[in-house]
Amino acid sequence: MRLYFSLAWRNIWRNKRRSLISMSSILFAVMLAIMSRSMMIGTFERMIDTIVGTFSGYIQVHQEGYFDSSSLDDIFVPSSDLLAQIEGTEHVTLAVPRLESFALVSSGDNTNGARIIGIDPAKEDQMTAISERISTGSYFTEASEGIILGSELAKDLKKTVGDTIILLGSGYHGITAAGRFVVEGLVSFPADEMSAALAYLPLPVAQHLYGVEEGITTLAVMLDHARNLERARNALEVVLSDEYEVITWKMMVPELDQLVQMKYVGQDLVLALIYIVVGFGILGTVLMMTMERLREFGMVTALGMKKRTLAIIVLIESSLLTLSGAIAAMVLTIPILAKLQQEPIQLTGKMAEGYESYGFEPVLAFTLHAPIFFWQTFFVLLIALVSSSYPFFRISKLNSVEAMRTGH
Amino acid sequence: MAVIKTDHLSRVYEDHGVPVKAVDDVSLSIEEGEFTAIVGPSGSGKTTFLNMVGGLDAPSSGTIEVDGKQISQMKQNELIGFRLRHIGFVFQAYNLIPVLTAKENVEFIMLLQKKSKAERDKRATELLDAVGLGDRLGRRPHELSGGQQQRVAVARALASMPSFVLADEPTANLDSTSAENLLDIMERLNKEQKMTFVFSTHDPRVVARAHRVVTLRDGAIESDETRS
Ligand SMILES: Nc1ncnc2c1ncn2[C@@H]1O[C@H](COP(=O)(O)OP(=O)(O)O)[C@@H](O)[C@H]1O
Ligand SMILES: [Mg+2]
Repeated sequence: MRLYFSLAWRNIWRNKRRSLISMSSILFAVMLAIMSRSMMIGTFERMIDTIVGTFSGYIQVHQEGYFDSSSLDDIFVPSSDLLAQIEGTEHVTLAVPRLESFALVSSGDNTNGARIIGIDPAKEDQMTAISERISTGSYFTEASEGIILGSELAKDLKKTVGDTIILLGSGYHGITAAGRFVVEGLVSFPADEMSAALAYLPLPVAQHLYGVEEGITTLAVMLDHARNLERARNALEVVLSDEYEVITWKMMVPELDQLVQMKYVGQDLVLALIYIVVGFGILGTVLMMTMERLREFGMVTALGMKKRTLAIIVLIESSLLTLSGAIAAMVLTIPILAKLQQEPIQLTGKMAEGYESYGFEPVLAFTLHAPIFFWQTFFVLLIALVSSSYPFFRISKLNSVEAMRTGH
Repeated sequence: MAVIKTDHLSRVYEDHGVPVKAVDDVSLSIEEGEFTAIVGPSGSGKTTFLNMVGGLDAPSSGTIEVDGKQISQMKQNELIGFRLRHIGFVFQAYNLIPVLTAKENVEFIMLLQKKSKAERDKRATELLDAVGLGDRLGRRPHELSGGQQQRVAVARALASMPSFVLADEPTANLDSTSAENLLDIMERLNKEQKMTFVFSTHDPRVVARAHRVVTLRDGAIESDETRS
């Protein structure tokens, strides 16, 4: 086998220039594929982590029906058993209670609509690190009875820390929910959009405001990794009774999921096109490597080499030709990606504005997600296999005598 | 025992619809240890005859027995294996794999036979020594002269321990000194290793070296003489 490999390797170098061009084209395609794939996955995962980690959680557990109704009538009281069950489920790291509703926020002069989220100060911070996002004032303490406003919302209302605002909404079974709250802090997010219609209350304060006693609308669930979403959902479905519904972020923000899927498909098409073009180049090279050696093929089969063995050598040749380019690409990109994974690229200027206008953090993140590399290797070997098919066919109907006499 | 025995062997080609008898009713027996030349002018059927005996071409009629086995009925894959184990080949040209060294070219055939590394190594070295190329083991074909390349081919033919060596015009592309030299080596291997050689030629100087001369004309045996 070693001689076959070295035979194949040397055959590749019979025409240095041609093989180098083939390898470079593979190198280029694989580098491009890895880099762009890594960036897309990395950036989307970060985007999802930010959105999901800051707001929804990867998964939410509600009273059955709440997802459709968004009504404070569909609340539940989380027993400690329920919390233990959820937090004991595989891939789940944390379950955080919330009471989510809407209210009008009024400063006297201005009134805006906002999402009001009642949070457990300690647990919420553990999940979203929200205390690090407080730009003015301070985060809730256990004794807090005030409100934290999104910084853009505060700007609209022309209010800041120490000022008082009024909340007006409808609570449990339609009772009026109204109250005055002192602004304790302002919270900012990477994209301004995110803080334009949002305010936090301590959970007990919110429960009192809306008249729901111990009730909550939501248990926001955090996972060990975004990629375990479906696994965790299935596990929770099994663990929890029918009284509860298990909703993933993909169901909560379908537009985001669709955007992500669309971008992936778009990129798939571009990369497929590049691979097809490069594949034709390889096909040409492998074809020439075959046609110019038909005499030799005739000779070795005349001597007693099985056609299958000859086909294997040809396959080794095309695989080496493509794999060496792919390996070179990986050797070049891995260190770069490793660094970029640690230190994402912060966008500035117009690019950053573009990202922020969609509510996204202006950052290009990268990942060394192993499947990216497996897939490129797979595609490259597929190219090798496909481009060997004509040589296989030629070899299968090769006549040693004819081939040696005419070279065809 | 005869290593090669043909019985009413014929091969007909179609040439623009006209049947051409390339080999015409040849019955011939070649014994172990012979040093036999198949001679005749160009187009007399030498190559066609050797190809059939070597299992590279199928007869139109008649039978071929090699080492006591009928090869005319063998399937293609079976024939490939049979060639590998029983027959050594030296072709007129394009004998060697250009990217392999002389030694690797000789080892190559033993690799196909799945011989051990140690055996390949030993036998390739010995044989290249025997054909006078002991100092050229690491050379690639293009670094060797035509005569040296044919000697490597002879060494390779012997490496597989065949029952006989078939050589179709092995000297056709060589100058006379190299041709003489190649014949010397073949004759010596015939004598020392009792290797049977069947070679074709139309070069009178090469014919002169044969111990038995079978002459073909229009595909049929014209004469068959054995010299002492
Ligand atoms: N593949 C073939 N198709 C048609 N005719 C062939 C073929 N091979 C050989 N012949 C014919 O058979 C005859 C014998 O050819 P060949 O065996 O090559 O003779 P030699 O080797 O003695 O020169 C010639 O007339 C040649 O033209
Ligand atoms: Mg001939």
